[in-house]
Amino acid sequence: MATAPAPLPDAQLAREWLATMTLIRRFEERAGEMYARAKVGGFLHLSIGEEATIVGSVRALRESDYVISTYRSHGHALVRGTPPANVMAELFGRIDGCSGGRGGSMHMFDLSRRFMGGYGIVGGNLPIAAGIALASDQLETDEVTLCTFGDGASNQGTFGETLNLAALWRLPVLFMVTNNQFGMGTALGRHSAVTDLQRKGESLGVPGMRCDGMDVVDTHRVLAEAAARVREQRRPVLVEAVTYRFRGHSMADPEQYRSKEEVARWRERDPISTFSARLLEEGILDEDALAGIDAQALAQVDAAVEFAEASPYPRPESLYDDVYVLDGEVRGTYTTRRSAAAPTGDRPGAAVNDEIPQQLTEALAVGEDGGEPLREGS
Amino acid sequence: MALMRYRDALRQALAEELRRDQRVMLMGEDIGVFGGAFKVTDGLLEEFGERRIRDTPISENTIVGMGVGAAMTGLRPVVELMTINFSLLAFDQIVNHAAHIHYMFAGQATVPLVIRMPQGAGHQLGPTHSHCLEALFLHIPGLLVAVPATAADAKGLLKSAIRDENPVVFIEHEALYGVRGEVPEDPEHLVHFGAARIAREGSDVTIVGISRMALTAEQAAETLAGEHGVQAEVIDPRTLRPLDLQSILESVRKTNRCVIVEEGWPHGGVGANLAALITEQAFDHLDAPIRRVTGADVPMPYSKPLEDIAYPHPADVVSAALAVLEGAPAAGAGRR
Repeated sequence: MATAPAPLPDAQLAREWLATMTLIRRFEERAGEMYARAKVGGFLHLSIGEEATIVGSVRALRESDYVISTYRSHGHALVRGTPPANVMAELFGRIDGCSGGRGGSMHMFDLSRRFMGGYGIVGGNLPIAAGIALASDQLETDEVTLCTFGDGASNQGTFGETLNLAALWRLPVLFMVTNNQFGMGTALGRHSAVTDLQRKGESLGVPGMRCDGMDVVDTHRVLAEAAARVREQRRPVLVEAVTYRFRGHSMADPEQYRSKEEVARWRERDPISTFSARLLEEGILDEDALAGIDAQALAQVDAAVEFAEASPYPRPESLYDDVYVLDGEVRGTYTTRRSAAAPTGDRPGAAVNDEIPQQLTEALAVGEDGGEPLREGS
Repeated sequence: MALMRYRDALRQALAEELRRDQRVMLMGEDIGVFGGAFKVTDGLLEEFGERRIRDTPISENTIVGMGVGAAMTGLRPVVELMTINFSLLAFDQIVNHAAHIHYMFAGQATVPLVIRMPQGAGHQLGPTHSHCLEALFLHIPGLLVAVPATAADAKGLLKSAIRDENPVVFIEHEALYGVRGEVPEDPEHLVHFGAARIAREGSDVTIVGISRMALTAEQAAETLAGEHGVQAEVIDPRTLRPLDLQSILESVRKTNRCVIVEEGWPHGGVGANLAALITEQAFDHLDAPIRRVTGADVPMPYSKPLEDIAYPHPADVVSAALAVLEGAPAAGAGRR
């Protein structure tokens, strides 16, 4: 942890960081409400309490750098600039979602902003991050890939494999372990023999750093230094961001593994209220401006919900879209969409057995002209 | 045309595509300095250098995952796994990511990745190096699956795979690496996915052979013709995803009888799936139940006499074809 507070950035940047953290907080709160109202399905993992790790790290990057994250990634999409409306629409399973309603909460994606995805498999994103960095290296760009994952992921085989390979091949990956003290409901000291996570990469040739993940300024300071090292020295760095998740692992978490007192202690270090207080104290903001930032975030979230509600569900006919890329040089012959007549009844996603051969045979009927290879019906 | 071994045809495909497209690069265990466990990549390091021919640590899941990430951001990686059994260590990346990313993110990203791996019994490599697991990959939407049986197809399909925008599981066979065949020398020679090879025409019974079993089926067809006066039509699907079902159905409608030969296990196998498809599509054309000849439903044993009887040979296929021609009921899911 930093002994003295890191210096603030200029006022405009400081306000932007606060506004983005506030947006993430308000977005997550509203997402939780929408989940409780059954507007959102599946699992919902909120990052409330971890906003400084998200904003401090991503703001230390260039826009051309890549970000890849986990199943707790609404904030990573938002900080990268994906409109809250599209993130909320994804939670609602609508066509305007940032993954077209295909991914849901755990699988956000925005290629245009180089947000390379949220991934539902713990540790599954580390190899992909190294692959992205490999492409940067091979194509001789100076991009950095920020790969965030939780303390629980540091026990997966991919952690050791990927850190070793990234160090061995000098790949520009900035690994950030967001240590929120729990792998789901298992406390750090109960899941990792080494709890000083910044040291977990040492034997793999990856130097470690640590930041106070409850302080956006310190997080930014450390990540900026780490990103510069990665970019200039062409070698990976592992940063441990020490933080705490205020809410349960997911919405379905009775939180029997920790005490209310422990949560309350961490909440005293709330990254948004402490940063707000500092900005007030140093005269960067006044109370009116602070209220304005919050009001703006709430208005954005209101508009996002309204947008998501109005966005249509994906059409049943789109069920088979994008299973394959159909415009490759090898023509035709892929699984294709079902017949237009097929999706009847109240479960349009249910497979009808006798369609399977139809899809396969239809695939064979694809022409040799390289044109539109799909036909509706049979 | 040039006569060359299956492994040399694969190497030629890799070399041609490496020359053609700077984005193509290879990753795998001992593919560079060592030359490849089965010598497929021998000599490529010397021509293309260590940035494009990358020896990796033994980290299958991460190698494949890196291929996914690199493919999403502008490269066309070809990852070699030393055997298909090792692909099980990478199943997370192959299934959860390579196969699903294009769909899961609504088409925003593509994964033009090729994952090469050999399979098959016959070298006494025992229960962790000898299996035929193409059925596992056949199961997964989002993947393309190739199972070339000849040198020409090995080359043409691999070149197509590298040029394809989709993730391809490219399954070679260990027993075929040294087998010679005529291979087109045209660097634009491609074999399209989803087009079966009619290895032999015939009118009495259709025999579908998967991977090496296409050759086993051809040998059986010779015996059937020479010793039993039976003209078998032998079909090698060449790719399982997509599958050229149409050619198989056309053949079955002509012969009215069908035997499916695979080296993999019987339950949930390629033949089980194909038999279901044929039954659904051409039931009225069948004069006898479809018969499957498969690997034995056991882990592959080491000892030679046991290994020999754990995967199909031409004689097994001949027996199955004769049984189908007699209209005898199939004896169940086993190979005999």
